[in-house]
Amino acid sequence: MATQSTLKNMLLCLTLVCLVCAAILGGAYAMTYKPIQQANDNILKASIGAVLPEGGTISDQKTASFGGRNYTYYEQLSGDAVKAYAVKSSTTGFGGTLELMVGVLPDGTVNSTRVLSHSETPGLGAKCQTDAKFIDQFKGLGPDKLVKLRADGGDVDAITASTITSRAYTLAVSNAVEVVKSLKKEN
Amino acid sequence: MEYLLIIISAIFVNNILLSQFLGICPFLGVSNKLSTATGMSGAVCFVITLATIVTYLINKYLLLPFGLEFLQTIAFILVIAALVQIVEIVLKKISPSLYQALGIFLPLITTNCAVLGVAITVVTKEFAYGGAEPHLLNLGEATVYALATSVGYGIAMILFAGLREHLAGNQVPQAFKGLPIALITVGIMAMAFLGFSGIV
Amino acid sequence: MSKWSLVTKGFVKDNPTFVLVLGMCPTLATTTSAINGLEMGLATLFVLVLSNMAISALAPLVPDKVHIPVYIVVIATFVTVLQLLMQAYMPAAYATLGLFIPLIVVNCIVLGRAEAFANKNTVIDSALDGLGVGLGFTLSLTVIGLVREILGSGSAFGFKFIPGDGILAFVMAPGAFLVLGYLMVLFNKYLKK
Repeated sequence: MATQSTLKNMLLCLTLVCLVCAAILGGAYAMTYKPIQQANDNILKASIGAVLPEGGTISDQKTASFGGRNYTYYEQLSGDAVKAYAVKSSTTGFGGTLELMVGVLPDGTVNSTRVLSHSETPGLGAKCQTDAKFIDQFKGLGPDKLVKLRADGGDVDAITASTITSRAYTLAVSNAVEVVKSLKKEN
Repeated sequence: MEYLLIIISAIFVNNILLSQFLGICPFLGVSNKLSTATGMSGAVCFVITLATIVTYLINKYLLLPFGLEFLQTIAFILVIAALVQIVEIVLKKISPSLYQALGIFLPLITTNCAVLGVAITVVTKEFAYGGAEPHLLNLGEATVYALATSVGYGIAMILFAGLREHLAGNQVPQAFKGLPIALITVGIMAMAFLGFSGIV
Repeated sequence: MSKWSLVTKGFVKDNPTFVLVLGMCPTLATTTSAINGLEMGLATLFVLVLSNMAISALAPLVPDKVHIPVYIVVIATFVTVLQLLMQAYMPAAYATLGLFIPLIVVNCIVLGRAEAFANKNTVIDSALDGLGVGLGFTLSLTVIGLVREILGSGSAFGFKFIPGDGILAFVMAPGAFLVLGYLMVLFNKYLKK
């Protein structure tokens, strides 16, 4: 029933199948290109919106370097004045990279934080994404209160049984605050 | 230092079989005997490392410059399939004894998801070791990662084959015979490997 | 074999997870909750039905010696289409399932059905076969996910009904092996003829 396996047939068949598949994929890629950009954009916008106070417009992506690393950040503008910054900050947690979006006011006060991606232990470190008691205590820290765990001499209570995750989270937030402070100095 | 962290992390902390669940089918299939498990581990080690280097280069110099990332899956699986064939032919020619040891496992490796899994992971996932900035691996790191991952595969496989040889002689209830008791044993092994988490 | 039994055989008789023991990697890796298991199952179902149909249509034209590469190209194409669609319209699910979406290419169930069924049956029958096997796979993954979710986080399909943390080991890697092992025992004891 199958076509004979001559060299000509095999080459022809493989070439045709590859061409057709490539065409289908090219079409699918072209069709989904915009929606994928849109979806990624929405996720980013939602995470920026979640950590900043309401109102104002969000600037394009900018980069700042601090402590030998590059940070991506966004400015929230009202008129010409910068109302707040959203800084993408990542550290190493218990299971891998922990990436946060941190909203910081120009004087270095933390507004709010949100986890972008993590690979912490489900049910333990992964609580840093949902545990409101942990997340809410960052609000208002920064200028005079230290962004550090209580065990390290600061004011943040760690998540029970997840000190490493909590410390990584806290470090990511305090790095973001330092980035904003260094930005203010430059201007 | 970073290479050391990659190695420890890939072998123990993020063991490909016991915590990432890649390559489970051959793991359960050929781990009945220690000798076949060793052969399979050797073949997997060889193919994963080679395939990762080749797919890494293809991704960097062919797919990315032309904006063809969406062809990644299809290109990688074809490269792996072709590579396995070539390895088989070359091995048969230059080292019949090695071919005898690994040869029968080679055709099985194309559909071993560990190979494709590692190849995709090294070009898409950002790694951060020891507090460094998360970054995609460079060729050297990718090679070390692939080699260490496959060594981890081999270690888990050989340990498990040893356990399974003992299991075969034991009386277990009818419904547990074969795979179920094997899976439960792997579960307990995975628990032991959980003890490594957090050290890197 | 009647059309109906083509669809239902995947549930118990030829269940891809508990009887044929195929596609173990996604079965273990993505079943941390019932929803994740369901999503992974449906993603595989999508590829299975389409690739079965395409391969049964192509099979008579493909020379024997190159049939495996041709099948792999066809399967990989559908997997990539699925990847693109999920990135565009279900970014959250794509982020959770991650690596295991492209790995559907090497899921032995898909190539296995192409070899064992689709290349010698009609397009309609192959579609039904893909649907049946895919549904069986989805069912198994959802059940495993449900058990792990209940034991590990005290919730079902995201609804929490047991306060507290649950037995964390079941959400982590060892739980996957243990739950699958014990479910297989129950399956052998009560359902297998």
